[in-house]
Amino acid sequence: MKHLVAEFDVLRRRFPAGFESSLVLPCLRRIQEDRGWVADADIDALADYLGVPRIQIEEVLSYYTQFRRAPIGRWHLQACRNLSCSMRGAEGVIEHLGERLGIGPGETTADGRFTLSTVECLGSCGTAPVVMVNETYHEDMSPERLDALIERLAS
Amino acid sequence: MTGTKLLMTFPVTADSHTLESYCKRGGYATLEKVVREMRPEQVTKEVAASGLLGHGGAAFPAGRKWGVIKLNDEQPHYLCANADEGEPGTFKDRWILEHAPHLLIESMAITAYALQVRHAFVYIRGEFDLPWRRIAEAVEEAYAAGWLGESIAGSAFSLDIVVYRGAGSYVCGEASGLLTSLEGRKGYPRNRPPRLTVRGLYQRPTVINNVETLANVTGIVRDGAAAFRKVGTAKSPGTQLISISGHVQRPGVYEVEYGYSFAKFIREDCGGVLGGLGLKCVVPGGISTKVLTAADIEPLTLDHASVAAAGSGLGSGGMVVVAEGTCMVRFLQVLVRFYHHESCGQCTPCREGMGWMHRIVDRIVAGEGQLEDIDRLLAISKANDGTTICGMGDAAGYATVGIIAKFRDEFEHWIKSGRSLHEGRLEAANHEWLREAVPHG
Repeated sequence: MKHLVAEFDVLRRRFPAGFESSLVLPCLRRIQEDRGWVADADIDALADYLGVPRIQIEEVLSYYTQFRRAPIGRWHLQACRNLSCSMRGAEGVIEHLGERLGIGPGETTADGRFTLSTVECLGSCGTAPVVMVNETYHEDMSPERLDALIERLAS
Repeated sequence: MTGTKLLMTFPVTADSHTLESYCKRGGYATLEKVVREMRPEQVTKEVAASGLLGHGGAAFPAGRKWGVIKLNDEQPHYLCANADEGEPGTFKDRWILEHAPHLLIESMAITAYALQVRHAFVYIRGEFDLPWRRIAEAVEEAYAAGWLGESIAGSAFSLDIVVYRGAGSYVCGEASGLLTSLEGRKGYPRNRPPRLTVRGLYQRPTVINNVETLANVTGIVRDGAAAFRKVGTAKSPGTQLISISGHVQRPGVYEVEYGYSFAKFIREDCGGVLGGLGLKCVVPGGISTKVLTAADIEPLTLDHASVAAAGSGLGSGGMVVVAEGTCMVRFLQVLVRFYHHESCGQCTPCREGMGWMHRIVDRIVAGEGQLEDIDRLLAISKANDGTTICGMGDAAGYATVGIIAKFRDEFEHWIKSGRSLHEGRLEAANHEWLREAVPHG
């Protein structure tokens, strides 16, 4: 985390004085972007830097679905399975992705390229079904479009 | 056409979200006038007189919320735009964040001026990437142009806006959960009283308004409360952004003048049900509002009073259209799975109740349900109502009670026969790439 401290100092100046605790989420997001996940050493370093209790960081990491405590695949495919996506074929999308990649939700391919997850509503119901790949939404998915997407990502 | 438009007033192009485009449309002229010529109380008075309602779901009058803030009480006040759009079926605020970010910023600056706020926040859900980039870039543009920062437009008014990203939690869309999250902790909602306008962010008076609510402020202050009241109905002035999805021909975000015909909106403006199928029911305002059948909506208009009179609510404007032939048992299964997944675990009735409801519906779908299970679901819903810190427990109950009230026969059929009345189908019957029929039960 040490190499991110200069960035965190900039971020800190944007908040009012006394808002150190608020920096837990943005700092963790940046750490995860950088390492791909959040390690024990990051928690210690961040608790030190912000002067917040270690348990607060642990709680945040376990509470929010987007934080990870272990590495995942290069491409994280997150298929929405909430109402509007299910009504537009999300169950088929998840099945198709699983068959195509040979893994189930929560698993990573042996080559470390793909991790498959299911998620609840991504707020993109008008273009359902939706699969989020890393940070990007892929909308109006169909088996053909999924195949094309996976081929692009695998190459 | 869905009546007068107040927000979707310009064509969306590749650069319509930029500062340059916004200024060409008259952007930031209202803020300039406000900080130079108006007193903070005048702004609040105008917004209160407009009757602007909250657009996050509860439809609480914005002016009344603002009115709680005491000016000159020698403590900081905070403002936060709630952009944690997470109610399934709702994706309207995304339209503002992506296409009109400067309208939100100008409106927040005017609101901050009215409430004597020095630091404001946009709390945006962590999954939103493009909306986050758009609002974050717009904030930078506004700083560079002097519409944020020190001495705005040469006045004594200064404002900083921080865009704060959530990290995946439905409950953080609830105002007090949002604040706890903004304090860098797990997003546990808080008991009221004290109200957040009395003790909010770091125990200071805080106003939290939905993105769409705030976006209306600039127009109200620019054109006056009377002009705003000419749009919509007496009890629901203005317009509502409705995001419509599910089995509908033309899903998307529509701006609808309050009072517009519900049935006409679906039938004509949105092209009706997918592939010309019959309409079974509609979720009117996010999945936590009770479903309405095709017959229910026929006499209704799209405003809070009309939809409330039918026993439901316009909520967050997240409308989901359901075609005939859809299995409402599996429909409820998706909802209770979601609520179970999202319960923060703070209050016993919700933490345990969501799990019970989820397991009961799973059991029915597995063909192992008992007729008593239907009443069990209703009893759990009732036990949750009003017994939890935030409204999530209640919301799950409303959705469940609503579905069982209208489609109890489908639950009884599955329990008695061990299979769905509609082949367990969630996709429309004419879904083009319908997967092989999966045996359900």
